[in-house]
Amino acid sequence: MKDKLIHSLETVGLSPMVPVVRLASGENPKQQCTEIFERIGLPILAIALFLLLWSVSAAKVQTSLGTLPGPAQVWEQYQGLVVEHKEERAKEEAFYERQEARNAKKLAKNPDAEVKIRPYTGKETFFDQILTSLYTVFTGFILASLIAIPIGVACGLNKKLYGAVSPIIQILKPVSPLAWLPIVTMVVSAVYVSSDPMFSKSFVTSAITVTLCSLWPTLINTATGVASIDKDWLNVGRVIQLHWSKQVTKIAIPASLPMIFTGLRISLGIGWMVLIAAEMLAQNPGLGKFVWDEFQNGSSNSLGRIMVAVVVIGLIGYVLDWLMVSLQKIISHSSPESAR
Amino acid sequence: MQKSAPLSLQKIIKTTIAAAVVSASFIGFSHAEVGEPEKEDLKFGFIKLTDMAPLAVAYEKGYFEDEGLYVQLEAQANWKVLLDRVITGELDGAHMLAGQPLGATIGFGTKADIITAFSMDLNGNAITVSNDIWAQMKPHVPHKDGKPVHPIKADALKPVVDSYVDQGKPFNMGMVFPVSTHNYELRYWLAAGGIHPGYYAPHKGDTSGKIDADALLSVTPPPQMPSTMEAGTIYGYCVGEPWNQQAVFKGIGVPVVTDYEIWKNNPEKVFGVSKGWADEYPNTHIRVVKAMIRAAKWLDEENNKNRPEAVKILSKSQYVGADHDVIANSMTGTFEYEKGDKREVPDFNVFFRYNATYPYYSDAIWYLTQMRRWGQISDNKPDSWYMDIAKKVYRPDIYAIAAKELIADGVIDASEFPDFATESGFKPPQKHFIDNIVYDGSKPNAYLEKFSIGLKKDDKI
Repeated sequence: MKDKLIHSLETVGLSPMVPVVRLASGENPKQQCTEIFERIGLPILAIALFLLLWSVSAAKVQTSLGTLPGPAQVWEQYQGLVVEHKEERAKEEAFYERQEARNAKKLAKNPDAEVKIRPYTGKETFFDQILTSLYTVFTGFILASLIAIPIGVACGLNKKLYGAVSPIIQILKPVSPLAWLPIVTMVVSAVYVSSDPMFSKSFVTSAITVTLCSLWPTLINTATGVASIDKDWLNVGRVIQLHWSKQVTKIAIPASLPMIFTGLRISLGIGWMVLIAAEMLAQNPGLGKFVWDEFQNGSSNSLGRIMVAVVVIGLIGYVLDWLMVSLQKIISHSSPESAR
Repeated sequence: MQKSAPLSLQKIIKTTIAAAVVSASFIGFSHAEVGEPEKEDLKFGFIKLTDMAPLAVAYEKGYFEDEGLYVQLEAQANWKVLLDRVITGELDGAHMLAGQPLGATIGFGTKADIITAFSMDLNGNAITVSNDIWAQMKPHVPHKDGKPVHPIKADALKPVVDSYVDQGKPFNMGMVFPVSTHNYELRYWLAAGGIHPGYYAPHKGDTSGKIDADALLSVTPPPQMPSTMEAGTIYGYCVGEPWNQQAVFKGIGVPVVTDYEIWKNNPEKVFGVSKGWADEYPNTHIRVVKAMIRAAKWLDEENNKNRPEAVKILSKSQYVGADHDVIANSMTGTFEYEKGDKREVPDFNVFFRYNATYPYYSDAIWYLTQMRRWGQISDNKPDSWYMDIAKKVYRPDIYAIAAKELIADGVIDASEFPDFATESGFKPPQKHFIDNIVYDGSKPNAYLEKFSIGLKKDDKI
């Protein structure tokens, strides 16, 4: 029971909690206490020290919008954003009620009139923006993975192919999202024409920019992973005359999973970073737009709100990374400690 | 007539009411009611400036919804992006600089057919200089009772600019867009004080507007003006509110003159849509204009009594988003010049009074004369050309339909609009300019002759 709990804690990345479990089961209390202090106490101490340093030094920076906000002001702004979110939801409800009343009136006047319920036209709150950003980053990331993994596997299995496309990859890899964005924007507005589009152009632009910037680590890692599989395994596959598709799905991919996941993890991290920059630059909905709008507002709350966004962006990035690591541990059955 | 039947008071009232009902319904049928909107889901763009207020009010007060329109308002990064997105159709319409539809139509910058049937406001801009420049200007500014006498002319700035020119240092100033009101106002003020703001020469590919310039004007997006000046890149700027009051609040600059003092009741922003859009959705367009006329009226109603509420709406982060007090400073009839020098300017922001919403041809022509004056129009044009362009871009006909609807609905009294039967679209010659030059919209070329700085007839760069 205890071992099972410890194992699952380690799998989901909560290994600092392990000594607590051990302590609760009465296992070597002295050693566990030191471990708890080292693994939980020290990080908490470091965070506290960081917050203290932040609040002291922020108070000394005088900007044109007042002093730089410290942790307390940022927390205050966060609560303000929550209140704003709730108010907006109430307005949304009223909007739908008004719309229904108006539609009913229209139908009473003319039973054949076409009526529909439109989505709310009000502003996106901070929390809506978070969801938009997450949705966009996952779309871009999944798209990138769908492109990168097959190409990576092909390159890993075929040295000549890898040699041929390698220069292209090397040149495209370091291109900044700031350079991709104008190109993507122009291409999307030229190609993606529809009277009733399923996705908005801004969403497509952001997602494709994320894809373009984040597909390289997965591609390279997959190729390297597949190329470095033990040749005997592939030879066995050949000897028992496995169909090539089976060779790929049964041997190449499973054997290189740890490398693929390392690539995916880097890709997702890059994608998240790129997305915020793309949203800021192109004014596409999401957290990046939130930051830019607040910067433009120049109100005395703006800096605090931007910092809330920064903290949230950081936390989400952390959670995304943690998610990928856990996924890797679950799928690849690797030992939890090896994939740090 | 039956003599015997006495006409009771009750009966009289009854018949009067009946007659009124009949005549009212008759009027109701007699004017062609605007049909259902062809497009109900709309997205309008705006720039974070207080003069976007009619859009915010029409949304928040439900005037758009009353017209069966479901509007989304979206802040744009800068005037160029905003114009481009109206052209590509990503936006159905937008809060625009009065010069933008005209500039686009004549092909200065991006070429596209943009029209306007609604003028959003009068006045609302100011010219701000940095504290340092103000300190150098101040000795040349006449004072009375220890306070500067307004309006302050660019004569006071001239010695400062001259000293920069003598030292070979560029005197940089900011405005928001090449065809913006702000560009023309800043140029007008500078030129009236003998400072040359420079010519454009688009036929030579020079669209920076710095030929022969004493003061170098460049484009900076409105919300970034204060920080750009603080950084020392520009020494002064012309921009709309709240970005002049912001400089006062931050203690980084001094607004020296408002556009009300440069040209009393000058037209400022318009609501622009692409011509293709307007042709495709005529009913929608009329309904949008209706909603915005109501919003403008609400903003000026009963001696600006709704302004405090408007300030609250505008200070929301999705609209202008600046601090409440900063916006209130200019929106509620006052303007703060040098810190502490707050003065009454009741007409600093006008949204409805003086037929502010009506798109006058003469206003369009004034902008065209300034485009010609500074070389954005490179060749001489006959007076008739000015009229043709004005008619192509400014559409009082659409405005009139919307206004008549509102009159018929009983929402706004006919007396609050121009008399559409006789209105020519030309304001009588306007005298209230800072250099006392009179503007007559029907004679653009004669008007251009009156300026000592600026291109005339056959001048060519």
